[in-house]
Amino acid sequence: MSSSTPALVDQLKSGLDAPICLTWELTYACNLECVHCLSSSGRRDQRELSTAEARRVIDELRDLQVFYVNIGGGEPLVRRDFFEILEYSIDNHVGVKFSTNGYLLDQAKADHLATLDNVDVQLSLDGADAATNDPIRGEGSYAAVRRAIDNLGRAGFENFKISVVATRHNVSQMDAFEQLAGDHGAELRVTRLRPSGRGADVYHELRLTQPQQVDLYHWLLARPHVLTGDSFFHLSALGEPLPGLNLCGAGRVVCLIDPVGDVYACPFVIHDEFLAGNVRSPGGFRRVWTQSELFGALREPDNPGACASCGSYDACGGGCLATKFFTGLPLAGPDPDCVFGNADDALSGIDPQSVPRASQDHSKPARTKVVLTRKG
Amino acid sequence: MRGVLIAATASFETDRALRLSPQVGLRPEPFGALAYHFDSRRLVFLKSQELVELVQALSRHRTAADAVSAAPSTHSPASYIAALASLEEAGVICEQ
Ligand code: SF4
Ligand code: SF4
Repeated sequence: MSSSTPALVDQLKSGLDAPICLTWELTYACNLECVHCLSSSGRRDQRELSTAEARRVIDELRDLQVFYVNIGGGEPLVRRDFFEILEYSIDNHVGVKFSTNGYLLDQAKADHLATLDNVDVQLSLDGADAATNDPIRGEGSYAAVRRAIDNLGRAGFENFKISVVATRHNVSQMDAFEQLAGDHGAELRVTRLRPSGRGADVYHELRLTQPQQVDLYHWLLARPHVLTGDSFFHLSALGEPLPGLNLCGAGRVVCLIDPVGDVYACPFVIHDEFLAGNVRSPGGFRRVWTQSELFGALREPDNPGACASCGSYDACGGGCLATKFFTGLPLAGPDPDCVFGNADDALSGIDPQSVPRASQDHSKPARTKVVLTRKG
Repeated sequence: MRGVLIAATASFETDRALRLSPQVGLRPEPFGALAYHFDSRRLVFLKSQELVELVQALSRHRTAADAVSAAPSTHSPASYIAALASLEEAGVICEQ
């Protein structure tokens, strides 16, 4: 993204005519059960948008000139009409970046993807080896991603992304991730662990320690080619701002369309409080984006709250709304990962019972443990 | 549109015929427009209405200099040229 003058940042805060960064989760169904899944995915929702409804969403995005959409899930490749939706989108000049866990990305699919323009593939990987990755993403998931990487390589698919959620256990492996991406002509993307969906269950044990945050900041500052989206602007409080969009774009330039057509302010706030409407209602997505009261409120200037006295507020903006919300902190005030520890006191005083939980949970039912007892 | 663009301006020749790149989508916004390059996946902000109109008018002029002199005087010719230079560098505009 080009450099932003302060005036432009204000423009972005007051909202655009259409989102820049739109995430569309196609399904809550997933073949994996990652411990930090931001959308608590697992089981398909019966109300999932049909193929015809998905096409209508794309028609709207085309008319609104949304240049690309980030498709995720769940696992988008489990939808049988995935390629139909994908091709309809790119034929309508809405580029697609999609995230996958790689399991279903076989050679035939990789070959097919390599023939398409305006498609980016993002493979999720949370450890540079199986021992680090698999406890988070599931047994065998490291090997699955490596197979998908090889399939894309053989297909000649260029510039795919390897996407890592930075955790306490993998942050020391950043050089290895960079090496892996480099070896396969891929780009590295590093994002922040947020307490959204099942992420709430592991956030406190997996989030970066303060020294790890500082190390990551310097590592990223030296590597402007590593993609981070809006993940780490709270680290810009440490000094020179990191490249990227240094503001929370929820409802302003960012939003989520979930598998049943609900529109939320951001993929990390699947909660009724951030639900703006549904693409199935009259006026469709456009009406939600332009008319929703919630989005109107989010486009008001930020209230810095307890951050008002912080000299780094311009760079950090008080951090990520979703992370504050799902840790029970006030939205006006410091992020739980504030680099100066300014949320630590508030955080330790929060009653875990009072913390809001995601409004949608499609996790698979916990496996019932079979207890073997001896007869007689 | 300033500062960082000086380097690009130095080598920018205004006697060429330019146009909006066919790879680029331009979306009007309250502040000007958003340009998206479908090949490089780059997103660029055009930070004034006048600049957007200038970019759209480029193909109707024989040279970039002609297009600039026909643009409204709300901005200086130098700032228009600096902006065009950076837009060319970003691949938003190209030779006809
Ligand atoms: S809530 Fe957090 S993840 Fe969502 S747009 Fe804001 S900063 Fe980004
Ligand atoms: S006090 Fe607020 S603005 Fe300052 S660094 Fe912490 S979160 Fe950011």
